[in-house]
Amino acid sequence: MLRAPARKVYPGDWQRAGGPRTEARRRLFARNQEPPMRDQPARPEPPDLLHVSLTVNGRAVHADIDPRTTLLDLLRERLRLTGTKKGCDHGQCGACTVHVEGRRINACLSLAAMNDGRRVTTIEGLGRPGALHPLQDAFVRHDGYQCGYCTAGQIMSAAALLDEPCGSGDQDVREMMSGNLCRCGAYASIVAAIQEVRGNAQDGRAVPDVRGTAQDGRAVPDVRGEARAVHAHAPGER
Amino acid sequence: MEPLRYTRARDLEHALQAGAEGGRFIAGGTTLVDLMKLGVEQPGHVVDINDLPLDRIEPLPGGGLRIGALARNADLARHPAVRRDYAALAQALESGASPQLRNMATTGGNLMQRTRCGYFRDVAMPCNKREPGSGCAALAGHHRMLAVLGTSEHCIASHPSDMSVALAALDARVGIAGRQGERQVPVAGFFLLPGDTPQRETVLQQGELITHVELPPPPPGSRSVYVKLRDRASYEFALASAAVCLSLEHGTVGHLRVALGGVGTRPWRAHETEQALAGQAPDEARLAAAARAALREARPLAGNAFKVELARRCIAHALRLTAAAAES
Repeated sequence: MLRAPARKVYPGDWQRAGGPRTEARRRLFARNQEPPMRDQPARPEPPDLLHVSLTVNGRAVHADIDPRTTLLDLLRERLRLTGTKKGCDHGQCGACTVHVEGRRINACLSLAAMNDGRRVTTIEGLGRPGALHPLQDAFVRHDGYQCGYCTAGQIMSAAALLDEPCGSGDQDVREMMSGNLCRCGAYASIVAAIQEVRGNAQDGRAVPDVRGTAQDGRAVPDVRGEARAVHAHAPGER
Repeated sequence: MEPLRYTRARDLEHALQAGAEGGRFIAGGTTLVDLMKLGVEQPGHVVDINDLPLDRIEPLPGGGLRIGALARNADLARHPAVRRDYAALAQALESGASPQLRNMATTGGNLMQRTRCGYFRDVAMPCNKREPGSGCAALAGHHRMLAVLGTSEHCIASHPSDMSVALAALDARVGIAGRQGERQVPVAGFFLLPGDTPQRETVLQQGELITHVELPPPPPGSRSVYVKLRDRASYEFALASAAVCLSLEHGTVGHLRVALGGVGTRPWRAHETEQALAGQAPDEARLAAAARAALREARPLAGNAFKVELARRCIAHALRLTAAAAES
């Protein structure tokens, strides 16, 4: 038998019923009774604009920004570099991954002003049609995406991974790529693409295990040199 | 996000000045920017401390390690001295967040990270930590991830840090600078219990800045480990975790420090476990009893009662691992 759904309670109902019963509800209720924004005292003046200068994909860029602007919004909205994607905007999905001074970060959680004077690389600076980064090429061949929304972040993350200490196994790659979510679930192909570029494809090819020695960055697969050759930057140290 | 003023601190003096005037320090931004977007944090004025020379990781003259507050989690986890002498710290750092976040997050910021309690992060809900006096929605709500130790009737928010749990087991001290001078506090005493002021989380006063963390030399023959239990294998906060630093003397427990994560309102030193095992041979029965002792004061709720047994097993497992390592 169908039953009527439980009715939602709106502030107006509380008013008719003489107000909410619990303290928490009373507070919410009080908040809802506040007059609309336009009747409140004027908000503080918008803060002065900040001037920032960054190097993005090898080019010097300058912008006057609201201090609240994140690096992600600067890239997408002001510089029109829309290859970098906004997924969750809270550092959870990795779609906004870019390199700052050669290190991968979540551009959504970094204020643009904090990156004044820094060197930023986005997916647009990693490779281009006709001269793909080996990872871009491998993602295409391995079908490392479905909708493609997470792909720029996946590839930027993987490109940084090539220069980081990481064991040779698929499980090591999964762990080091855990900050990049793929709602389509292309993980198996993503790992295969990355492993191919790292020279760790599961086709029986012998590769050195980097786990024990990677801290000093020496024992890494030879293929890294190829990947680095098309980097827009030299792998940096901070 | 509310409008804000941005200042890049030139040096420590400049930072402390801006902090004393009400500025909020920002380093990695991974907590603060996230919470600013949610409206949970509305600092008005952020003071960027990334240009301060606080990112060094260097040995102390008398042994031990001095970790600058701006040392990034990724760099700290990879540092040879940390991997050699403070395994629990490297393991804790690598079990936290994602590689991107670890590249951003700093040592000082990790100590200052705020709870992941869903009601704290949702400004439409009552939360005594965010809005003192508004109530705690978690008590009767979803509290599966929240604390069973150190809770009060006003707040049961769990502390999210892995790093701080390892630091507590390694007897770390937090170096703090303020306009009145510098001071050091043990990491376990750095965090406050919620009590009836859950909005106060640390001993930091307005304008004070964490400058570094100091680790004493590892006790002779000691081994440390961090065991983290969570809903998925990667990129997830702890349901329960345990950091243990242990040494054996003629088959009995010598030095022992146990700290817990995921179950406490602050990184939780398990003194009861340490006392129960002091001078004892770490056999299976004693390990289990010592692990039970840590949860004696637990106050679980319906949704997180499973954490009591989970934490016991986590502690026992970490003790077993360190005892085996210390034996060899």
